Amino acid sequence: MNFWIAIGLTALGCYAVKLAGLLVPAGVLERPVVRRLAALLPVALLAALTAQQTFADGHALVLDARAAGLGAAAVALLLRAPFLLVVGVAVAVTAGLRAITG
Amino acid sequence: MEKTCGTAARNVLGVAQQTALEDIHDEDGPKPDSAVVRDALGVGVAVGLSGFAFGVTSAGSGLGLLQTCALSLLVFTGASQFALVGALAAGGNPFTAAAGAFFLGVRNAFYGLRLSQVLALPRAVRPFAAQWVIDETTAVTLAQPTRRTARLGFTVTGLSLYVLWNLTTLLGALGAKAVGNTDAWGLDAAGPAVFLALLAPMLKTTTDRAVAALAVLLGLGLLPVLPAGVPVLVAALAAPAALFVSGRRSGRDRTRDEATEETR
Repeated sequence: MNFWIAIGLTALGCYAVKLAGLLVPAGVLERPVVRRLAALLPVALLAALTAQQTFADGHALVLDARAAGLGAAAVALLLRAPFLLVVGVAVAVTAGLRAITG
Repeated sequence: MEKTCGTAARNVLGVAQQTALEDIHDEDGPKPDSAVVRDALGVGVAVGLSGFAFGVTSAGSGLGLLQTCALSLLVFTGASQFALVGALAAGGNPFTAAAGAFFLGVRNAFYGLRLSQVLALPRAVRPFAAQWVIDETTAVTLAQPTRRTARLGFTVTGLSLYVLWNLTTLLGALGAKAVGNTDAWGLDAAGPAVFLALLAPMLKTTTDRAVAALAVLLGLGLLPVLPAGVPVLVAALAAPAALFVSGRRSGRDRTRDEATEETR
């Protein structure tokens, strides 16, 4: 049930902001400080999410095969690999390391 | 305004970036519809296929088939979907999980703002077009030279991406069930890799990197002490904090910073 509540809230909220952009007069959101905040907010959230989902195990911080997978993904990004390849490399390296280390 | 376009263009991966570059060179002459459709399909197919990674991750996070498909059908903005299932898997309560996903989706409002000027859609059409207002459609649409090609680009990218994203979500979720232990296949690394791939092109200025670094410190540092899902929300405060600090800098510094932003 909790999952459905979260899905419903996210669906409503995400649709509302998409629609708001199409409906509100341009002046409301065009203030420089609002634009800069909107550009920086995803940077902060994505950085925190990347770090957490790489190093978190519940409430503990751990260094496991995921870190190696993300390192490989970072190298793929530096080499300008396409999106799916970046994700594929992370998955393959993580799985490979787990297979080796048991 | 350029900032919003720039953000949109940067957020789109691989094919979309090439598309945008090609379009800059094409601006001199009229652009044939077939070229618009080709570019739009390129983005739609390439990104649409990544729904597979979402389906697998979502199912691996403990969401049911119906829940996973409902997210792709109704939320349809990748970063928010990955964030939500990640937060739920970590044991976050539904409200903090949804808040994190919502804040990630806020950027779409700014895309919509730009798109509504370029597309000039009738008001009755806007509620239907709204669901397709995302990174990829914005990048393709804003790269078009005329309103006609912009509408074509938006429609083809939106339709192909929506259909494929939902189809591959379903396949990914079914595949994850067949695979069983998704962690053994390294599929728990797919979510953070997606976030990293979305984040990397956004890190252009010193402010961007400072915000990212502060957010990582807050997100990891608070993890042991706050309930699941809350550290990410606190980490989001790195954004207004950086704006506050840069706002207090001297006028000369600010001008230089903005000059850097304009070249993005």
